[in-house]
Amino acid sequence: MTEQIDKALAREYEAGFVSDVESETFEPGLDESVIQRISEMKGEPEWMLEWRLSAFREWLEMEEPDWALVDYPKIDFQAISYYSAPKSMKDKPKSLDEVDPELLRTYEKLGIPLIEQQMLAGIAVDAVFDSVSVVTTFRDKLEEAGVIFCPISEAIKKHPELVKKYLGSVVAKKDNYYSALNCAVFTDGSFVYIPKGTRCPMELSTYFRINEQNTGQFERTLIIADEGSHVSYLEGCTAPQRDENQLHAAVVELVAMDNAEIKYSTVQNWYPGDENGKGGIYNFVTKRGICHTSAKISWTQVETGSAVTWKYPSCILKGDNSVGEFYSVALTRGRQQADTGTKMIHIGKNTKSTIITKGISAGKSNNSYRGLVRMNPGADGARNFTQCDSLLIGDQCGAHTFPYVESRNPSAIIEHEATTSKVSDEQMFLCRQRGLDPEKAVSMIVNGFCKEVFKELPMEFAVEAGKLLEISLEGSVG
Amino acid sequence: MSNAKNLLTIKDLHASVEEKQIIKGLNLDIKPGEVHAIMGPNGAGKSTLGYVLSGRDGYTVDSGAVTLDGKNLFEMETEERARAGLFLAFQYPVEIPGVSNLEFLKASVDAQREARGEDAITSADFLKEAKAACKQVNLPIAFLKRGVNEGFSGGEKKRNELMQMLLLKPKLCILDETDSGLDIDALQVVAEGVNSQRSADRSFIVVTHYQRLLDYIKPDFVHVLSDGKIVKSGDASLAHELEAQGYAWLQKEPAEDELEG
Repeated sequence: MTEQIDKALAREYEAGFVSDVESETFEPGLDESVIQRISEMKGEPEWMLEWRLSAFREWLEMEEPDWALVDYPKIDFQAISYYSAPKSMKDKPKSLDEVDPELLRTYEKLGIPLIEQQMLAGIAVDAVFDSVSVVTTFRDKLEEAGVIFCPISEAIKKHPELVKKYLGSVVAKKDNYYSALNCAVFTDGSFVYIPKGTRCPMELSTYFRINEQNTGQFERTLIIADEGSHVSYLEGCTAPQRDENQLHAAVVELVAMDNAEIKYSTVQNWYPGDENGKGGIYNFVTKRGICHTSAKISWTQVETGSAVTWKYPSCILKGDNSVGEFYSVALTRGRQQADTGTKMIHIGKNTKSTIITKGISAGKSNNSYRGLVRMNPGADGARNFTQCDSLLIGDQCGAHTFPYVESRNPSAIIEHEATTSKVSDEQMFLCRQRGLDPEKAVSMIVNGFCKEVFKELPMEFAVEAGKLLEISLEGSVG
Repeated sequence: MSNAKNLLTIKDLHASVEEKQIIKGLNLDIKPGEVHAIMGPNGAGKSTLGYVLSGRDGYTVDSGAVTLDGKNLFEMETEERARAGLFLAFQYPVEIPGVSNLEFLKASVDAQREARGEDAITSADFLKEAKAACKQVNLPIAFLKRGVNEGFSGGEKKRNELMQMLLLKPKLCILDETDSGLDIDALQVVAEGVNSQRSADRSFIVVTHYQRLLDYIKPDFVHVLSDGKIVKSGDASLAHELEAQGYAWLQKEPAEDELEG
């Protein structure tokens, strides 16, 4: 079976096209003047530039982390361009009619229609192309509800009080090497504010697209759900097929005030590189949320892309009775490497966290779960349940589990379950004996394996995620 | 005997598992509507025959020919054989966690209908059929929503196999020791299910170690398989003879290390 898997794993990456859009791109290189230029391009206030520069100075003192179970050549940060924007964005379009049709076509090709009339399910979309936000749909309707959903570059200018207060409040500037870099050079991303007691009237989503060569994408997302509010947010990501590796170092911060709820879903499909490991995105992302009293943050991720993934969406359960959840499907194939998991930091009393992860490895890939559950001394009656399941396809891939458990409170309860299984010859034979072709059989078995996580995704995206897995597995057995 | 009339024709079949020959010159003709029982001691090659016919990986055909409905079986992939009407009821049905029985069955039926150029069945119609099949094999309807064989008891798994057979409506059913691990009540349910499916255009190969199952499913022919060959054939009374005498008389020389159970 292994030989057939190898042969078949050379499938096409469907989002691998390059859009012919005229861009304004910085020369590669990074120093304080580059940061000044980014800030200038964005027309940022002075405080923002200072913030960036202080992060940059911290970054210069920091070391690239090497503890993850991933292997890649050292990144030359001077060889990356830190800013690229479509030329037509210079005078920012005021409506969709003014957006470069080539850009609209790009998103359409990706199955993300931005034309408002076509938005069937009523999902507001922010589209980020390389370093800038192209367009945000449904803004009027959201504004009626008092919801702010806009590019973060715009929020810095229009809502400085919110940005100043919360930017860097969950992920500190010097939290880690990549987050510090992001603070210094982030170019765009989404900003969301849900006012007190408001249920966001529609799903919000951001689609990130890297197009230019040799650029890094450093987006920054900040979501603030004020007391008693509720929001569901989804991000999707794709990039062209290129032989060079590209860096994506994002930071996402979530703030859930008392009784608020944030559901954050990710469908990550960055270019994974070819079957020999050439090209692909380095996805080094810091995502963290803070829960105040009785608040809830739920992370759901479906990770199928990227050459290397280094990502641990986490929850700081600060308030009493707050809840953190992490549901993850990570699929690796070819030479992909994923080191992903979560951190649940229990600070408040009776805080609860649930971690359910499904890792699927095929080809010669490596897939690791790395998770930390910490019960602080004050976390009386805190509870965690963790379940990590790994599924192997073929016999040349690896699945690893690194759970870290720290309990400093004797009343806290921590449960951890882990399983590793294979798509067995018996299962394949049963499916084929009933008339299913091998590809359908594998995708059915894998979808079944992921069911617990898919049911956490918003309806439309659960279907999308299932399809994405199917495409990713296309020809994974012959 | 003319081949044209046969549903299945096996001619001088030799087959191996891991380079050890298990089937050593087997001949068998099955006409539509017939029920053939294959009995024999452990290691005779009974299960291997089912796997070779259905095309399981790792089972190698060394020589011989098999036709199903006049078509060369060995030119077809495993799933193509299934779509051509060959069904194997497993001795040890495997679990597929998270994939509901209903989803699995619908996908199987869809794949088979599509291959035969038939229209797709609607979900509503299929659900009706599936519920009826569930009832017929005495499984609660809730089993349709459970993962394939997930947490099922031995008897439930066997009944689930039977349910799949009822829905797929194959031409040739190979029941691989379907009686193993069943108590007498479950055995009766399974046998009744099988009997209800007997028809002029459906044939059965009933593989069993014991005569007991054949009290309920009356075979037209009984064959004794020993060391990879059919050594004796007869009618249903042969099964009773075997029950009385055991298999020892077949093994004139001591058995070699036997691979298969």
